[in-house]
Amino acid sequence: MTISQAHQGLIKKEFSTLELTKSFLDKIEDSNKKIFAFLTITSDLALAQAKKIDDLIFAGGDIPMLAGVPAAIKDNILIEDVRCTAASKILEDYIAIYDATVINKLKNQGAIILGKTNLDEFAMGASTENSAFGATKNPHDLTRVPGGSSGGSAAAVASDMVVYSLGSDTGGSIRQPASFCGVVGLKPTYGAVSRYGLIAMASSLDQIGPITKTVADAKIVFDAIAGKDPCDSTSVELNSKFQSTNYKQIQNLRIGVPKEYFIEGIDKDVERIVREAIKKFEKAGAKIEEISLPHCTNYALAAYYIIMPSEVSANMARYDGIRYGYSAKGADDLLDVYLKSRQQGLGDEVRRRIMLGTYTLSAGYYESYYLKAQKVRTKIIEDFDKAFKKSDIILTPVCPTPAFKIGEKSKDPLSMYLADIFTIAVNLAGLPAISIPAGRADSLPVGIQLIGRPFEEGNILDAGEIFEKLS
Amino acid sequence: MITKEEVKHIAELARLGLSGKEVEKFQEELSSILDYFKKLQKLDVSGTAATSHPSAVKNVMRRDEAEKEPRKILSDFLKVKSILK
Repeated sequence: MTISQAHQGLIKKEFSTLELTKSFLDKIEDSNKKIFAFLTITSDLALAQAKKIDDLIFAGGDIPMLAGVPAAIKDNILIEDVRCTAASKILEDYIAIYDATVINKLKNQGAIILGKTNLDEFAMGASTENSAFGATKNPHDLTRVPGGSSGGSAAAVASDMVVYSLGSDTGGSIRQPASFCGVVGLKPTYGAVSRYGLIAMASSLDQIGPITKTVADAKIVFDAIAGKDPCDSTSVELNSKFQSTNYKQIQNLRIGVPKEYFIEGIDKDVERIVREAIKKFEKAGAKIEEISLPHCTNYALAAYYIIMPSEVSANMARYDGIRYGYSAKGADDLLDVYLKSRQQGLGDEVRRRIMLGTYTLSAGYYESYYLKAQKVRTKIIEDFDKAFKKSDIILTPVCPTPAFKIGEKSKDPLSMYLADIFTIAVNLAGLPAISIPAGRADSLPVGIQLIGRPFEEGNILDAGEIFEKLS
Repeated sequence: MITKEEVKHIAELARLGLSGKEVEKFQEELSSILDYFKKLQKLDVSGTAATSHPSAVKNVMRRDEAEKEPRKILSDFLKVKSILK
């Protein structure tokens, strides 16, 4: 069921919001033990919201598109009075004290929130295996990962436990799980959506975005959550910027395909599916051109794994066993409270990244690592600027492989990092990008990535809708 | 290869407690990741400026005025919720 289908059903009174909500809550009860997409199920909140929407419909009022439509929220986005764990032991019992701006916006539209979904701890990971509470399974194959870090959000949509969900993306965490689970995932331009109320991971890279069944649904949710927020001074008002479509017909669409993205280790099926997608666009009349993004694969990965942990090391300092969350018992003094609370409350991947970041920012190493990585970041932005002079959108694979088996990459951190190789440069440059289902490798979903110029979400959404019709 | 002393030093800076086994484990993992970064040495970025974030805006300010009138007592004091019970 899509958002428009749910909306039509509600206004035509084919079913009530209460009935719709209950049927999704039943689905969650059936499936969540198997798939483990949800950490917290907010049935009371959902049913109360549902009743309000039914009252509105009964009174004959108009309702917004998202009113009465069940959604799931990644558990690093705060909802007032609801537990928010970031999938970490250090926040296991933490109750949020305010709504994130995106939640405020969704609540104003009458959205029905069914629960908080599983993620890699503090959004650090590419498989959701780093959750302190257990891994989520891929609904297409329960022995495989759903991707990460927004694995719970993607699995919830793919298995029909909700109509849409919100995830967050710092290096690919919306797009890669969307690709693995066969759903649509949009990472907006940096600044398009407010980060107020998103538990910060890397503040120059994070963005919240929708995970949906269709591109049209992604457009609806993005419209609802985007916009300048006085509480987030990096947010920007979109106005008509996002409406821009540089082409009205597919014949005017120029698609760039970067040659460096067809790397040696890429899965044969992934390559086949992406090349077929390019042919589909070409047959429909788009102009395809091979382009070069020389810094955006290997160098981008190294730069990202310096910049991101550096920002992480600063953002994680607040989890100290004093302000909130888990506090270790039996500590000798204040320093011991810090050391023990963080040792016991934070998982391996989180501590790994904090240490990496502490190292790269420390005296004697700052120039050779962090400063260098920032200069590489400039080179990546320049690569995209140059490419976007000749192309309207850029088409790439999302991940070198389809969903891998649970446990396959969890022993070697570096091999897990390589899963992000195609998505990362986009965050460094702050560009909008969407992952759209494009085919199957055996039975496993594979997506393609469309990247746009800053604030040209319209271009990639329109191209995405065209592609959906071509498939 | 990063040394055990360096790992312990970083952990202390980051206020992370580490057991002996953990020091060894992270030493291995951090070393292999830091090794991967060596590929950046091939790149000449001497003429390039650093980018700290892709934000479209700079220095977003607002007037230094209260958005809501706070409740005042005796014209000079502000009333807030009690912190200590």
